[in-house]
Amino acid sequence: MSPVIVATGLVKQYAGQRVVDGISLEIVRGECFGLLGPNGAGKTTTLRLLLGLIAPDSGHIQLLNHAIPTDARAARIRVGVVPQMDNLDPDFTVAENLMVYGRYFGMSDAAIEARLPELLEFANLTHKRDVKVPTLSGGMKRRLTLARALVNDPDVIFLDEPTTGLDPQARHMIWQRLRELTARGKTLVLTTHFMDEAERLCHRLAVMDNGRIISQGTPRELIADNIEPEVVEVFGEQAAAWAQDYAVHHTERFEVSGESVFCYVKDAQPLLQALQQHEQLRYLHRPANLEDVFLKLTGREMRE
Amino acid sequence: MKIFARPDFSLRFIPIWRRNYMVWKKMAGPSILGHLADPVIYMLGLGYGLGGMLPDVGGMSYIAFLSAGTVCYSTMNSASFEALYSGFARMHEQRTWEAILNTPITLDDIVLSEIFWAASKSLLSGIAVLLVIWILGLSHSMMSLWIIPLSLLVGLCFAAMGLIVTALAPGYEFFMYYFTLVVTPMTLLCGVFFPVDQLPAMLQVVSSILPLTHAVNLARPLLNGTVPAGIVADMSVLAAYALVGYYVSLVLFRKRLAQ
Repeated sequence: MSPVIVATGLVKQYAGQRVVDGISLEIVRGECFGLLGPNGAGKTTTLRLLLGLIAPDSGHIQLLNHAIPTDARAARIRVGVVPQMDNLDPDFTVAENLMVYGRYFGMSDAAIEARLPELLEFANLTHKRDVKVPTLSGGMKRRLTLARALVNDPDVIFLDEPTTGLDPQARHMIWQRLRELTARGKTLVLTTHFMDEAERLCHRLAVMDNGRIISQGTPRELIADNIEPEVVEVFGEQAAAWAQDYAVHHTERFEVSGESVFCYVKDAQPLLQALQQHEQLRYLHRPANLEDVFLKLTGREMRE
Repeated sequence: MKIFARPDFSLRFIPIWRRNYMVWKKMAGPSILGHLADPVIYMLGLGYGLGGMLPDVGGMSYIAFLSAGTVCYSTMNSASFEALYSGFARMHEQRTWEAILNTPITLDDIVLSEIFWAASKSLLSGIAVLLVIWILGLSHSMMSLWIIPLSLLVGLCFAAMGLIVTALAPGYEFFMYYFTLVVTPMTLLCGVFFPVDQLPAMLQVVSSILPLTHAVNLARPLLNGTVPAGIVADMSVLAAYALVGYYVSLVLFRKRLAQ
């Protein structure tokens, strides 16, 4: 597989703080690659570096065989971007937004016009073609932003938190569209802090914190590499006290968060049997998931 | 992406100019009315009202004198408002620039598009006032057609200057400084309403370095059918303001958007 994006040793500082601190990545054609991390981990800055919108203080980037940021313009002809915040043109209709955006790529009006029906259908906005942007719902705006990012038929699409702020129906629809894109051989690079999104969509993931990649691999690898396979969540007023007496001896690891105890174990059977004795405690037994990995790697404290 | 690099001039600004034109077209009616109403009211009100009490000013009727000033300050205002308020909305509030920067278009192209777009509004404004001048019979010379390219030059000058302010602005309130401390004094010191030689000597020196003075120096003889005396010098000053403003604003925008 030929790499579409190669980044080595990226560093970017703002006011003496290393927002991106030695990131190296290799992303291949047709892959959906996810950057996962809490707020302020450096995900968006990494995307901006890869796109050549800002210059790294050190490190090298190749995007579609173009050196970035030197040759960013040539690379961006083959790139689409879905930004975190909507920046559609509010004065224009759905179709006008696509039209105007296509011109920025040097496309002729006829060429854009020819792509419109396909783009509108992909975004499920054919019936909204001549509607002005402010009257669209949040999900429709996101879909239009996605269609806009496809106007130049890009090889690589960058998506910065593509489903933040959407309701479940709208999120599922975006996910389905993104899967269609990877099925067509497009390369996707997305940032997210939704674990289910990362788990469903991404072939490979990098977990970022404090400007560094702290773990990288397929969702399964991340779980297998970083965490015990089974989780028992125990709830109730006495959960914390119970944990100090029992979990401390019978789990590989446990974490207390308010009235919940998360017990991480290789084999949950002994623990489950013991829990039968405590009728006042409720519990949930489940396989470990990406969220467990994420919380283990980046901690439970709030990031603001 | 070096902050002080030479501006990268290309025709890629044209699709952005077309975008702004498409937005403007949707509100063309009110916009054209605005370009016409303000100068007409000034010219009729001050020109006939005040002018009726005055003898000839600068060798012509007061309203004819005022008409040249009106062309200049209208074109100045058009470019300034566009570069400040609308430019800031596109850069900051609507994130239009951010969307454009994700395409093969660069910041240099965007700044150029803003300057040419704001100057286009000046051009429109200059044509509107010129029509009023013709209709009121205040100019009878074919030389007055030169007001059209002059409006574009004045527009480029004030667009570039205005973009410096936009590049520095934290919010819309900031623009009051520019209008109160730069635009309004210029309107009063640059020979729009009365000849500059009425001012005390020190203010005449200030006036001579302000770009609007040089715009008026060109517009007044052109409407009167004569070749401006200092045509090369006056045009050079306007062009210099435009070029310096373009470069300085570009550097400031590069700094601002590198964050």
